[in-house]
Amino acid sequence: MSWAWFHRFGSPPYFYRVAGLLTPWFAWPAAVLLVVGLGWGLFVSPPDKLQGDAYRIIYIHVPNSWLSLMSYSAMAVSAAIGLIWRIKVAHAVAAAIAPAGAAFTAVSLLTGMLWGQPMWGTYWAWDPRIVFELVLLFFFLGYIALRSAIDDLNRADRTSAVLAIVGVVNVPIVHYSVIWWNSLHQAPSVLRTDGPSMPIQMLAPLLVSFLGFTLYFVAVMLVRARAEVLHRERGGDWIREAVAMHGNSP
Amino acid sequence: MSEFLHMSGYAVYVWTSYIVGVGALLINVWWARRNLARARLAAARRIATRESAP
Repeated sequence: MSWAWFHRFGSPPYFYRVAGLLTPWFAWPAAVLLVVGLGWGLFVSPPDKLQGDAYRIIYIHVPNSWLSLMSYSAMAVSAAIGLIWRIKVAHAVAAAIAPAGAAFTAVSLLTGMLWGQPMWGTYWAWDPRIVFELVLLFFFLGYIALRSAIDDLNRADRTSAVLAIVGVVNVPIVHYSVIWWNSLHQAPSVLRTDGPSMPIQMLAPLLVSFLGFTLYFVAVMLVRARAEVLHRERGGDWIREAVAMHGNSP
Repeated sequence: MSEFLHMSGYAVYVWTSYIVGVGALLINVWWARRNLARARLAAARRIATRESAP
C-alpha cells in the first residue's frame, strides 16, 4: 500500500488547498441532514410511551455525546501522528478539533441535565457516565488551556499531544461506564450487540441527525485546521497566493 | 400548534435543549469562519510587512 497520499496531507499548501475544496462537500450535506434529522425528530416521530415528548431531547443529546467521544479520539490520534512522525499539520488538526469537541461535550452535559430533571428529578447526579463525561470536558479544556499557555508552538504541540493521548483512556471508560457500574444513566439503546432497542420511527431521525452532526464536525474542523495551518506558516509563496485568492472571506 | 409547543408538559426542557444544541452549532461555525478570516488577515499583514522591509 502506498502511503504517498498520507505524506501529501502533511504538506501545508496541499492540506490548505484540499481542505478548502472539501469543506463545502461536508458543510452543505451536513446542513441538509441536520435540518431533516432534527425536524423529523421534533415534528414527525411519535411521542414516547413513558417519557412523552421529553425524549425528543435525544436528537440533540445523543449525537453530541457520540461526537464528544469521536472528536476526542480523532484529536488524540491526530496528536499522536504529529508527535510520532513530527507532522505539523497533524498537530494543527488536533488543535482544530478541540474547540468543537469541547462544545459537543458541554452540550451533551447540558442537555443531559435538561433531560435528567424531568426524568430523574435532578439536574445533576454523581453518576459514573456523567462524571466521566465531565472529565472528558476537562481534558478538552485542559488541552486548549495548555496550548494557549505555551508561547513556543513546537513545545505547545508536543506537550498538548501528550495530554491528548493520556486522556484517550477516558473514552472507553465513558462508553462502558453504564455497563461496568450501576448507573442512573440508561444502558446503550443503539450501539448494542443484539441491535438497537429503539423503534425505527425514533431511530431513523437519530441516525440522520448523527450523520449530519458528523459531517458538520468535519466541515468545522477543516475550516479551523486551515486557520491553524495559515497561522503556523511564516513564509512560502503559497500563502501569498492563498491570501490573494480568497481575500478575507472564509 | 400550542399542543406541539407545549411538548406534553416538557416544553422548557425540550426547547431549551434545542436552543442550546442549535446555538452551539451556529456559534462554532461563526467562530471557525472568524478564525480563518483573521488568520488570512494576519498572513496578508505578514507578507506586506516583509515585502516593505528594506
